[in-house]
Amino acid sequence: MGKWEIGLTLLLVGVGGTFLVLGICSLVMELLKRIFPYKEER
Amino acid sequence: MTPLEAIGEGFKALGMGFSALHWSNLLMIGVGLFFFYLGIKRDVEPVLLIPIGFGCILVNIPLSEMMEEGGFLRIFYDAGIRNELFPLLIFVGIGAMTDFGLLLERPYTFLLGAAGQFGIFLTLLLALALGFDLKEAVSIGIIGACDGPTAIYVTSKYAPHLLGAVAVAAYSYMSLVPIIQPPIMKALTTQKEKITVMGSYKKTVSQTTKIFFPVVMTILVGFIAPKGLPLVGSLMLGNFLRECGVVERLSKSAQNEIANVVTLLLGLTIGATMSGPIFVKPQTLLVFGLGFLAICLDTVCGLLLGKLLYVLTGGKVNPLIGAAGISAFPMAARVVQREGQKYNPKNYLIMYAMGANAGGQVGSVVAASIMLSVLTKMGIG
Repeated sequence: MGKWEIGLTLLLVGVGGTFLVLGICSLVMELLKRIFPYKEER
Repeated sequence: MTPLEAIGEGFKALGMGFSALHWSNLLMIGVGLFFFYLGIKRDVEPVLLIPIGFGCILVNIPLSEMMEEGGFLRIFYDAGIRNELFPLLIFVGIGAMTDFGLLLERPYTFLLGAAGQFGIFLTLLLALALGFDLKEAVSIGIIGACDGPTAIYVTSKYAPHLLGAVAVAAYSYMSLVPIIQPPIMKALTTQKEKITVMGSYKKTVSQTTKIFFPVVMTILVGFIAPKGLPLVGSLMLGNFLRECGVVERLSKSAQNEIANVVTLLLGLTIGATMSGPIFVKPQTLLVFGLGFLAICLDTVCGLLLGKLLYVLTGGKVNPLIGAAGISAFPMAARVVQREGQKYNPKNYLIMYAMGANAGGQVGSVVAASIMLSVLTKMGIG
């Protein structure tokens, strides 16, 4: 595989993967916020 | 040899550094002095620029053999840069210093952190187009992570000969964020978008969620991109020490003693890679130019995603916070706050921008992790 093929693969998988992983993280954290809701201190 | 000849030879040995001096060494000693000026007089990242500057001067004095096998600086280099230990220890400290609560308040800001990494991959392609080989291009692109330890980690793995240039570019541009970002923010957003008020900040994250965050991130990113686990794992270890609430001593040590000692050694060793004959070449200027472009592209992509969120939420998100999706923490968030207030003095974007900025920190290590995993899978590494 040439350097351009690898470069383009990195672009697509890198950008897509970063969005995917952080998208999943945001969903998981949103879920955790619902499971463990914030209770205001008295 | 007669005693007189011996004395003559002895005197010749004095000042032999001058006889071996190359013009590029002199230039780099000037660069080291310039770093002192920036650190002391201009307060530009002094914690890093002072040791880098000193390391740079030390290594450019000929015949001292500081970076030769067994040399003083070489020992630190082998102990912490060649095996990528120092950047990871710095990450433990950064994790312990960072409150990800503001990111967790609005988890969608994770996506701004992802958009802020786009420059890494575009710059990688540009570097390839300019004739750098793949490993060098990866190391140059990673400047776009706007994250010193990540840049050092990746570069020491793939292109150690570019380490000085990449590290100095990464840290310099991080400190230049207040100059680089505002013109791009101004150009890419409309007046209506700039004055968008995001409402008052309300705390909604429990301590339990904050404790779960580093654990979930470590496991999730670890399974998806295992080759980057040292980066994510060390950042999240530091954050777990902070949030779990039962190891305050360890958390404080990570934030202070460990971070300080490693910063000193890291700076000194980075400076030691800046030997004149190796550093002074057109390639270094190209690295600086591409690094600058990477950070501009990150800002552009962050702002564009901010604009998209503005549209999708019916004008509830100020697109300026997209510029904070890069990893320069908390500099980028402060820039957003300052720029937001310039257009609407009653606008307080800092809390939202800090969230996006923390997302950028996570985004940079995730992007690097993915890149490392993909490269390893392709047999490059």
